[in-house]
Amino acid sequence: MITVENLSKQYGAATVVDDVSMQIERNSITVVVGTSGSGKSTLLRMINRLVEPSGGRVLIDGKDTRAEPAHLLRRRIGYVIQGHGLFPHRTVAENIATVPRLLDWDAARIRARVEELLQVFQLEPATYAEAFPHQLSGGQQQRVGVARALAAEPALLLMDEPFGALDPIIRAKAQDDLLDIQCRFGTTIVLVTHDMDEAFRLGDRVAVMSEGRLLQYDPPAALLTRPADPFVARLTGQAERAMRLLSLTTAGEAAVPGSSTGPAVPASATLREALSELLWCGAESVAVLDAEGRPRGRLTLDLILARGRP
Amino acid sequence: MSGRHFAALLRIAALALLVAFLVAPQAFAPVFAPLTQYGAPPIYDQGNLLSLALAHLGTVCLAAAASTVVAVGLGILVTRPSGAQFLPLSRTLVNIGQTFPPVAVLAVAVPLVGFGEKPTLIALFAYGLLPIFENTIVGLRTVPAAVLEAASGVGMSARQRLRAVELPLALPLILEGIRLSLVINVGTATIGSTVAAKGLGEVIIAGLLSNNNAFVLQGGLVTALMAVLLYDALAGLERRLCRTVRID
Repeated sequence: MITVENLSKQYGAATVVDDVSMQIERNSITVVVGTSGSGKSTLLRMINRLVEPSGGRVLIDGKDTRAEPAHLLRRRIGYVIQGHGLFPHRTVAENIATVPRLLDWDAARIRARVEELLQVFQLEPATYAEAFPHQLSGGQQQRVGVARALAAEPALLLMDEPFGALDPIIRAKAQDDLLDIQCRFGTTIVLVTHDMDEAFRLGDRVAVMSEGRLLQYDPPAALLTRPADPFVARLTGQAERAMRLLSLTTAGEAAVPGSSTGPAVPASATLREALSELLWCGAESVAVLDAEGRPRGRLTLDLILARGRP
Repeated sequence: MSGRHFAALLRIAALALLVAFLVAPQAFAPVFAPLTQYGAPPIYDQGNLLSLALAHLGTVCLAAAASTVVAVGLGILVTRPSGAQFLPLSRTLVNIGQTFPPVAVLAVAVPLVGFGEKPTLIALFAYGLLPIFENTIVGLRTVPAAVLEAASGVGMSARQRLRAVELPLALPLILEGIRLSLVINVGTATIGSTVAAKGLGEVIIAGLLSNNNAFVLQGGLVTALMAVLLYDALAGLERRLCRTVRID
């Protein structure tokens, strides 16, 4: 668990982060959103002390982050940045092995870990281990960046707009992969973005920042139904909030027993997708199928619409 | 025949010519004879050309090694946050080394360290600093910000970051600086002979003193061939070393 206590950062007269306190649960994904200049990146960088706080402190599992030298702290915390920052003179395998090498793991353990991560990130080791970053596509470079951050099995992963440089299709894939990774390794993730859709898609809890202050820190649905501040309401988008709310629930969660002659959607689809399917086909209800394609229940238009109200 | 093959052939021919001339200069006597008057010797006969060429090269390499250590060290220092304040001073000193004519350096150095190789080394050392220093700074400064951030982010100390990330990425430019410095000094080193340093300048000076154009041409040609071949060899070495260092 990460405890942020009264954290502040001043550069001269300018206050970039202003008295922020929050608790981040273990094994969760916390997304920090805000406009540019809101202090969200600075907040993230104060957790691994790439930026030293002017005031307040950060506790990781109850231990003050200032208890050890900053570079040793950072070896235990994964860090992913926009534009990946891969070392251009090192191969993919060497890039991934960076932190294990700093930690003096033995060669066999490093090799095994690199191999495992390449498999997890769908990069065939025979093809990619000895490749250089400039030989990869943007999406592959980004995956190697995340693999490098996860190499030493950190309990905490910090990500600063990690998907900002990717095109929409690859970004959606990268987001899905991240959710898988989080399930697989149980890593606690703190992710900074200015993309609200990304925040709603990934975040167990979302922190909204503006002008250095933390305006609201809640599960995504609460940001929509109970915005703490007009700025939060504006950021989440008045025109889209009903749709966003629908996108937070899956068809499987909302389905009721029964069958339908309408179109079929998978249980993992969101209600927003189910509604879209209904509108497109002009049907009154959809059949919900489980992962094996067996009918699991149905969803009617009324049921979906009821879920879109606060 | 492709351009690359032609270049390789030219290289081998130039090297063969140089080696042949240094090992058996008398074989070239008919070529240089038309340049002499009154039966003067067509080939330099006051010393062994091969040993002069090797001494020349040795002086240049020693000076370049010293310039490299100092210039790269200074370049690293002034690109650290703690050393940034020394940048203007270092730059001024290094610039003086380049603008102060080597002949003048010799004139100042001889009373201090005496005749021979030492004043030449000092002059070449000072003259060779600038390209290495400036290239080191540019090389270190052009490492992409995201790469530096990542290096710190994964937990490298400042020293580890310099050694594992910054210097390897700056290496192509640093090597280019060393190459420039070396090649400039192969030519410049000929003036060392005015203060009794062993080198190819001896041949040129002997030719000037005895009005023997054959000597002047021999000294000049051997120096020029060495400079060209050295430049070419170092460029090849650079390409080999830096094949993987590509920043996109």
